[in-house]
Amino acid sequence: MLTTRPSRPDGSRDLGTVRTILRLMPFVRPALRSIILGMIAALLAGLVSLAIPLVLQNLVDGPLSTGDGRQVLPAALAVLALGGLEALLIGARRRFVLTPGTHVEAALRNTLYRKLQDLPVAFHDRWQSGQLLSRSMSDLGLIRRWFSFGIVLLIVNVITIVIGFGVLFIWSWQLAIVFAVCSIPIFVYSYIFENKYSVVARRSQDQQGDLATAVEESVHGIRVLKAFGRGRYSLEKYVRQAEQLRGTELDKARAVAGLWLWLLLIPDVAFALCLGGGVWLASQHLMTVGDLFAFFATATVIRFPIESIGFLLSMTFDTRTAIDRLFEVLDESNPITDPDPARTVSHPTGRLLFDDVHFRYQDSPESVPDLIDGVRLELEPGETMALVGLTGSGKTTLTALTTRLYDVTGGAVRIDGVDIRDLTREELRRHIAMAFEDATLFSASVRDNVLLGRPELADPERKADADRVLAEALEIAQAEFVANLPEGSDTKVGEEGLSLSGGQRQRLALARAIAADPAILVLDDPLSALDVDTEARVEAGLRRVLGRTTALVVAHRPSTVQLADRVALLQAGRVTAVGTHSHLLATNEHYRFVISSLDDDRESPDLDRYSDDDEEVSA
Amino acid sequence: MSAVAGVGGEERSDYTREESREIRQRSLRLLGSLLRPERGRLIGSALMIVVSTGAQVAGPALIAYGIDAGLPALVAKHSSFVPVGVAFAAYLVCAIAGAVLAARFTVLAARISQAILLDLRTRVYRHAQLLSLEFHETYTSGRIIARQTSDLEAIRELLDSGITGLVRGVLYMVFTAIALVWLDPWSGVVLAASLVPLAFLTRWFQRRSQLAFRATRVYSARLIVHFVETMTGIRAVQAFRKEKRNEREYGQIVEDYRDANARAIKLYGLFDPGLIMIGNITVAVVLLIGGFRVIGGGLAIGALLAVVLYTRRFFDPMEEMATFYNSYQSAAAAAEKISGVLEEEPSVPDPGHPVDLWKASGGVDFDDVRFAYRDDRVVLPDFELHIPPGQTVALVGSTGAGKSTLAKLIARFYDPTVGAVRLDGVDLRDLHPKDLRRAIVMVTQEAYLFSGSVAENIALGKPGASRDEIVAAARAVGADEFIRLLPDGYDTDVNKRGGRVSAGQRQLLSFARAFLADPAVLILDEATASLDIPSERLVQQGLTTLLADRTAIIIAHRLSTVAIADRVLVMEHGRIVEDGTPEELIGGTGRFAALHAAWRDSLV
Repeated sequence: MLTTRPSRPDGSRDLGTVRTILRLMPFVRPALRSIILGMIAALLAGLVSLAIPLVLQNLVDGPLSTGDGRQVLPAALAVLALGGLEALLIGARRRFVLTPGTHVEAALRNTLYRKLQDLPVAFHDRWQSGQLLSRSMSDLGLIRRWFSFGIVLLIVNVITIVIGFGVLFIWSWQLAIVFAVCSIPIFVYSYIFENKYSVVARRSQDQQGDLATAVEESVHGIRVLKAFGRGRYSLEKYVRQAEQLRGTELDKARAVAGLWLWLLLIPDVAFALCLGGGVWLASQHLMTVGDLFAFFATATVIRFPIESIGFLLSMTFDTRTAIDRLFEVLDESNPITDPDPARTVSHPTGRLLFDDVHFRYQDSPESVPDLIDGVRLELEPGETMALVGLTGSGKTTLTALTTRLYDVTGGAVRIDGVDIRDLTREELRRHIAMAFEDATLFSASVRDNVLLGRPELADPERKADADRVLAEALEIAQAEFVANLPEGSDTKVGEEGLSLSGGQRQRLALARAIAADPAILVLDDPLSALDVDTEARVEAGLRRVLGRTTALVVAHRPSTVQLADRVALLQAGRVTAVGTHSHLLATNEHYRFVISSLDDDRESPDLDRYSDDDEEVSA
Repeated sequence: MSAVAGVGGEERSDYTREESREIRQRSLRLLGSLLRPERGRLIGSALMIVVSTGAQVAGPALIAYGIDAGLPALVAKHSSFVPVGVAFAAYLVCAIAGAVLAARFTVLAARISQAILLDLRTRVYRHAQLLSLEFHETYTSGRIIARQTSDLEAIRELLDSGITGLVRGVLYMVFTAIALVWLDPWSGVVLAASLVPLAFLTRWFQRRSQLAFRATRVYSARLIVHFVETMTGIRAVQAFRKEKRNEREYGQIVEDYRDANARAIKLYGLFDPGLIMIGNITVAVVLLIGGFRVIGGGLAIGALLAVVLYTRRFFDPMEEMATFYNSYQSAAAAAEKISGVLEEEPSVPDPGHPVDLWKASGGVDFDDVRFAYRDDRVVLPDFELHIPPGQTVALVGSTGAGKSTLAKLIARFYDPTVGAVRLDGVDLRDLHPKDLRRAIVMVTQEAYLFSGSVAENIALGKPGASRDEIVAAARAVGADEFIRLLPDGYDTDVNKRGGRVSAGQRQLLSFARAFLADPAVLILDEATASLDIPSERLVQQGLTTLLADRTAIIIAHRLSTVAIADRVLVMEHGRIVEDGTPEELIGGTGRFAALHAAWRDSLV
């Protein structure tokens, strides 16, 4: 049911669709002039194609009926000229519209990407990236095609059809009325069609997004699937999803077929009626044979646009759905924004204060207590604080609050007395650098990955500085393996590059945090994937850095804890004790339980794992 | 091996003639194999469309008959409604038949294309799962995702609209040409002459657009790679202020993609008006010749109308077919990439004659194994190891000593370059994959969670496990407690990449998975790295019961694990340098004794 000449702004009845599409106006505005020029060209092309029957009528009623051969050549030349003009105008239409359409698509794609990068981590926790990907690729592609093609023909073809009907009235008002009356069911059915189709169109696009998510997970989780031999199991699940999508697509096809039936049937029935009626009218001399000739020639010209309504309507509703899906993301409000006006800490000393900090996920039920439940903790400038607690006690969450990957839901985090929400995110994240446990490297060289937090060193004039920082960071993180990579520190790693082991990635992530040379360093279990030897060497290196930097280090092992000046014990979202390692070891039962692995045979005080006991809080 | 076999040379768009042909043939073979199962439906739909199109094409001829025979009959002395009535009725019947069949055809065509698509999706997904880790590690996840999303999308577009358009278009043109020749052979000659420039134009378009569309597939894959990498690494992106730089890089690829797209569509923007031009010139010539013949009495007026209508209509589907060609080019470029992935042979292939092993006892043997990732990177130069059933072995050694490689060989993520790894005396390469995976399970440090509930994630270890079994497994590894505290307990959605549970909790879940799988051989590769000490202790208590009657290979840099081992292997540069019970080694003077002493000192 694909044709290239669709038609008819049926959406004028439905403000929902029109309003939705109008939301794209800011993106389309730069291309608007071209689109309008394209429409004018298309309209002229339509008029020219309608003028051709006029020449035919003159030819039939004139020279052909009188047998005047001299008129045939000029008439044919006129048809030729008009035909040539039509082709040129259609060429012009495409020239005007196509390139601007790709610019609209590119602008939307960049906007979506910018928005997604800006949205907080909490948003990305909620949204599967497959759904985001399908918006960025197929939805935007659809919108581009609709703008460079659908909308233009939509508006132009309706005018062509209206004018065409007008011309039909000139040839024979009786036949034209027959033709017009026959078209009424098309409008009725189009209305029914929209209601049916919009629902399935949306379902189909969502299911495609789910399928993309399934694909993505099957690729990212390939090691797990292989380790358990669950390839077949996940395949079956995927096939079930794909079959659901097939069902939806068939529903869509049925809806389209229903419309298609009417769009084909009605013009043909109208043709049949007009044939019978026209011949009779001609026999009664109510119209000439030339009129009849021209009537059918004209009706043939507008027949294709009418048939194309189905395609154009389904494309329009698909596009509307795509726009809805796009704006679901673009409309997402970002609770983590830069303040206006922003304060600034020009020379941070590195004093970090958690001031009665609370945090909970927005969507967690009332019954669940805050994940971070009133933490008060102060890090002196230059101090290294270890954060110790059981799995799930909130250590990682607390570290994520320092750079506003999440925002506190109560209290405040302060740097040198300034609430971090009063700083721009850019400045805040310059003051604080993080190393995550699951070390993400990007598709770039080792050098670029490590110097990620130092964009100012990208300047070629500062190459010497950059080299020095790079070498130092790699040395501290014991990432000497870099020298053995095929191209040293210029070796590309990450998605599109060489894949490194977990321990290697972790050391590069650590080097990255160190190279950023922040006032405050936040390390989330940075050594978990390292072997004992390497760990000891990294710790030795870290000691040098930590001597001059404030640091918050999540630790599981006594060896890491020993890097710290003081230790904070986190228990179910609260800091229940702060002190030196040896002090806590001597005085705190829970701390011994968490950090000590010597007394394996001692009775585990399992019962108070998640209870809030009334231990002293010395923060 | 050709340079473009499999996914080789995928990023290029400057293929030589031979390479281009090779790739084209490969994707045509794929297409053929997809169409074959749908033969029956294809034939049915072809019949349907033949009748339907025939009915539609009959229109102008009937109009000609109505004017040339019906009108004189009406005007004649004994006026007769019969000829015009016949024309009217025939037109109506044709209209109804044409429309009903076309609608049915639309549904049938959707059935066919959806069946093909499902087939293709399944094949690519299955193949991606079959391909070895080696492939995935070099090909990257973004590209394999692109193959399965945007490339499949391109093929979907072709199937959805293109095939219907093509079949209908071709038949329409053929029937129209037949009707034209039958009505007036002279006009047929004119039409035939117009086919010559048409052929040249089409050939030009075909050549140029093939190149253009290949380029769009390359850029769209790059877009996807960059997009996926940003979104999955969003924490690091934000923490290190990479947003601005990303915007620039991504913006550049967006622009490349836009440019490639614009180039491809521009070609179409020349091709389409070209078609219309040829069509309109033909109409003018037909009119000129026909007009003179009407005056000369060689042609009736009604017939001239029909001839002009037919000529004009003949070119209508050409546009449609250009659209088809457009989506065909795009889909062909996609099919080239997909067929390349499908052509990749798994470097760890399933056995041709699998040996069943219903009940594995868990003896693992490395016989004269040599392993190298590439020729120049030998990891295990000459390796010999025999692990009797039921033994718990701890592997110790520095990073890069080959511990993980050893583990991957046992799990058959890789095959040895020389020699064989055997389970109960059966070469892993001959073992039935089902038995292999049931017998050997590996838990790695990277504990990936799939979207779905906690229970579903654990059940991955044993699909179809009852809730009781799942809870028992969770309890055995000490995960039950935290799971119950989650908002919906076992039914809590873990969301994207397990965003809501900590790294340690993820590891506990993946332990529960392994526990539920109940294998004869369990490999733990740094599987407790993110656990806190009490959890690790709990896991170890679970392990002592779990490992009592099965073989285990434990890689851990925390030597606490060694306590539960029967045997310790110290590895260095791909060789075993020490081998003995923990007591023997600790009591000795070797490397392990030193390591252990150092570790002991670090504890409190």
